[in-house]
Amino acid sequence: MVYMNYDVIVVGGGHAGCEAALACSRKNHKTLLITGNIKNIADMPCNPSIGGSAKGIVVREIDALGGEMGINADKSHIQIKMLNNTKGPAVQALRCQADKITYPKNMKETLNNQKNLDIKESLVEDLIIEDNKIKGVILENNEKILSKAVILTTGTYLKADIMVGDTRRREGPHGERPSQHLSDNLKKLGFKIIRLKTGTPQRIDKNSIDFSKTKIEYGDNYYHTFSFDTKPLYKIEEQVPCHLIYTTPLTHKIIKENLHKSSMYGGLNDITGVGPRYCPSIEDKIVRFADKERHQLFLEPESLYYDDIYLQGFSTSMPYDIQEQMVHSLPGLENAKILKYAYAIEYDAIDALQLKPSLETKIIENLYTAGQINGTSGYEEAACQGLIAGINASLKLEGKEQLILKRNEAYIGVLIDDLITKGVRDPYRLLTSRAEYRLLLRHDNADLRLRKIGYEIGLIDENRYKKLLQKEKEINDLTNKLKENKITPKEEINEYLIKINSTPIKDGITLYDLLKRPEITMNNIKEFIDIDYSDEVLEQVEINIKYEGYIKKANREVEKMLDLENKKIPSDIDYDKIHNLASEARQKLKEVKPISIGQALRISGVNPVDISILMIYLKKEYNYEHK
Amino acid sequence: MNDTIAAISTSLGVGAISIIRVSGDESIKIVNNIFKGKNLNFVDSHTINYGYIVDNDKIIDEVLVSIMRAPKTFTKENVVEINCHGGIATTKKILELLLLNGCRLAEPGEFTKRAFLNGRIDLLEAEAISDLINAKSDKSRNLAINQLSGNTSNMIKNLRQKILEILANIEVNIDYPEYEDIEVITNEMILPKTKEIETDIKNILEKSENGQIIKEGIKTIIIGKPNVGKSSLLNNLLEEDKAIVTDIAGTTRDIVEGQILIDGILLNLIDTAGIRKTNDIVEQIGVKKSYDLINQANLIIYMLNNNEEITDEDIEILEQIKNKNHIIIINKIDLENKLSIEKITNKEHLIYMNITNNIGIDKLKEEIKKMFNLDLIEQDDYNFLTNSRSISLLKECLKLIQNVYSGIENNLPIDMIEIDIKKIWNLLGEIIGETYQDELINQLFSQFCLGK
Repeated sequence: MVYMNYDVIVVGGGHAGCEAALACSRKNHKTLLITGNIKNIADMPCNPSIGGSAKGIVVREIDALGGEMGINADKSHIQIKMLNNTKGPAVQALRCQADKITYPKNMKETLNNQKNLDIKESLVEDLIIEDNKIKGVILENNEKILSKAVILTTGTYLKADIMVGDTRRREGPHGERPSQHLSDNLKKLGFKIIRLKTGTPQRIDKNSIDFSKTKIEYGDNYYHTFSFDTKPLYKIEEQVPCHLIYTTPLTHKIIKENLHKSSMYGGLNDITGVGPRYCPSIEDKIVRFADKERHQLFLEPESLYYDDIYLQGFSTSMPYDIQEQMVHSLPGLENAKILKYAYAIEYDAIDALQLKPSLETKIIENLYTAGQINGTSGYEEAACQGLIAGINASLKLEGKEQLILKRNEAYIGVLIDDLITKGVRDPYRLLTSRAEYRLLLRHDNADLRLRKIGYEIGLIDENRYKKLLQKEKEINDLTNKLKENKITPKEEINEYLIKINSTPIKDGITLYDLLKRPEITMNNIKEFIDIDYSDEVLEQVEINIKYEGYIKKANREVEKMLDLENKKIPSDIDYDKIHNLASEARQKLKEVKPISIGQALRISGVNPVDISILMIYLKKEYNYEHK
Repeated sequence: MNDTIAAISTSLGVGAISIIRVSGDESIKIVNNIFKGKNLNFVDSHTINYGYIVDNDKIIDEVLVSIMRAPKTFTKENVVEINCHGGIATTKKILELLLLNGCRLAEPGEFTKRAFLNGRIDLLEAEAISDLINAKSDKSRNLAINQLSGNTSNMIKNLRQKILEILANIEVNIDYPEYEDIEVITNEMILPKTKEIETDIKNILEKSENGQIIKEGIKTIIIGKPNVGKSSLLNNLLEEDKAIVTDIAGTTRDIVEGQILIDGILLNLIDTAGIRKTNDIVEQIGVKKSYDLINQANLIIYMLNNNEEITDEDIEILEQIKNKNHIIIINKIDLENKLSIEKITNKEHLIYMNITNNIGIDKLKEEIKKMFNLDLIEQDDYNFLTNSRSISLLKECLKLIQNVYSGIENNLPIDMIEIDIKKIWNLLGEIIGETYQDELINQLFSQFCLGK
């Protein structure tokens, strides 16, 4: 039943919208999710995978805070693996191939069973605003629904255009109707609207591919879960593999000869959207990296329930006939049947510089935005923003302080800080290289970092929280145990050490110090002491001890950062009164309105010199302590 | 709006002309108020204008006034320079008039500070300007000018670029682990690259030490037993080079007995409790104290008497200085040899001398030049840093490189080793005042073909 008066309205049913709606309703706020098509809730219109480098860590952070993506992915994947497992613990991340039928189905079920949550099918075309405060939304049929807060998670549906060759059609993914007026109405309210672009590759009929010409890529042969609470729900041997192929000289020839037919290279001359750097079209790759002889492509199954294979790495806006030639030039795909053609999509987004760190807009109170509307790309990036927007909209209604995660606390904090401090020019993707303190932001410690916050907010229940406290206790116990127990240079001990290619000891040494040796693992330590702990606890203690020096270093860097973060900039500061600021810096500072010196320093276009000038001004005008 | 500052920028005294510099938004307007000639508010930028400085209607001096409008000026502000006819009274009078008309007297170094704050020059260049002002020898002037032209900044930038390429490659391996056609950087591959960077940094540091010597001079002490000829040597060096003998605290923290120039390089002869007066430092202050002095010096000249046997005390001190830059002088070779030369183990820098007859003095100077690579510096290779802030940052980089090595040796994951490499990159950024993360992301996308 749909009421006419809600605490929170979430506009959009994608990954951001689902998390936002769940967070609000779980926090006992009467919530309405409005989506253009209920069938497409939690849809995965692009790649069939969840997680990946950095993104996999975000999924775990979502789980630690009480979000749904991790749990849902665990229920819905057909393959899962740990990326970077030969590298250090800081950069490891999970990625699964999610089933495009099962994933949305499971998420929809969760939404349907959620107390305090209604779902309505319609398009939102305008907002109700009084005194710069949101009061509700207006639907396409002019129906008004009132609420205390609104979260916009409209994805690519604001004035979406699908582009193929020289054609441009106003529609969203799957031919869905886009919102025609919402972005114009946002513009009228004072929002700066930017235009972005992305694309998706072809889907190929599985039965028409000759897999003998491809290289097979399996999932891991040990179990993983994204969520800290779920047991593995799959069987290792039932995982579905992906396949790897490469482009051929013929592919490159076809693309070069037909480049002018691509929407992006002259097929259409009215494109203003900026495409993602990390996800270029195949024609982009061939133009920009002309000397590369071949490019890698992955064949990824979309679902167990239909035959589409996602041709990862081959996104293009060539006309259909050229796409046929291109696909047939690939090894194993000579006779491939294209089920869906690739396309590029252009859409409106708002300039994220207009957001507070809480994801509330600076212009309209109680209006939050999350996901692609903020200029990001990717399911995980969207979901984590949805969660934060949902949490903060709820906290706002409860009269509580907003949740702002710092760059040293979570990838989510890095992402949001980047968005609201630097803005975006092309769709933003999270990368490990964006995180300065990634040794602290590991996938294995997401619960230790964030679960307490999730508990305090009210999204993590007592049971799950107790599990965390128990884990913390065991980590402490084991660490102490290793510090307390010593081994002495007995013959059998040194014989063992030599056997495992370690150096014999001359004096007594604690197990703690022994584990610091690069070649010694927790399994070796088990030879000397009875320890009965879960793998998670063993792993945590081992990482803490082994990388102690580096972790300390990272913590020192964090302290430096926090120091700058704690130097707050008064909100009434008038940048026009500060002499000597470079004009670009002045303009950027006025636009971003950084809350701290630390944030100001991260704004591109603001140089260290400008910061010194700002500090001098603050010291003079505000009696500011300059350490 | 910045207030307008003024100062006399030539040294007050006997010069033919004096220059008064004015900088700030109001500088042209203010000077125009006391100028009789063209209306300076309307003249073109970067012109020299003839006229008079007047106090009401009274002519103070005949002057040339350079008008330079922002932003193409040293401070990026409106700058006016008044060339007047020297003389303390006139110059001071003009400055006074400027102050009366709304200028503020500039603090020391304020013009440079404004140039830095207005983004006209970077930190290194700002430091170089202050060096330039304080330059004591031709070489140190050249050095500062070189730093000013940005050569040193470029050198650090090149080094950072090298590191950035390594970082980008490591990052791309992490963010795109399944891209088989991107070279996977291993610890073994990092090793030679790190060595290369270490060599670069060491080169800069080595030259920088020389750079500091150029700037500050070589701290030199002469020690030896009584009557060995220390004061004769000192007097010979000083007189011959017409050095400025001062008895006030110099630029260094030490009391400098005298300064001499050897081919443009400053030699600071440190007064070891007045060697010219007491003749015997070792006896007077004891062996231990003389060790302290030894430790602070860049160069130790130890003198022995050819006519006396070497003592245990001599040998002990020679042992103490063997790892420092030192030159052993055996003086009085015109007298009978009583010294057993075989007792001196390290004869690498040994010079026979007869100061009275000027024998061996040139050889001593040659030796000093050789010892401090002064010939090398003469090749106009000014790629080094001369301020201690930068040098200590570079030294920290070297320490971090040792961490990188031990990480590689212990076969740690590359993303751990990268932490130290990134820190080096950041520290180098601090030297030239630019350190930001975005650069890395941009490099990543320009260097590699990625797509997922």
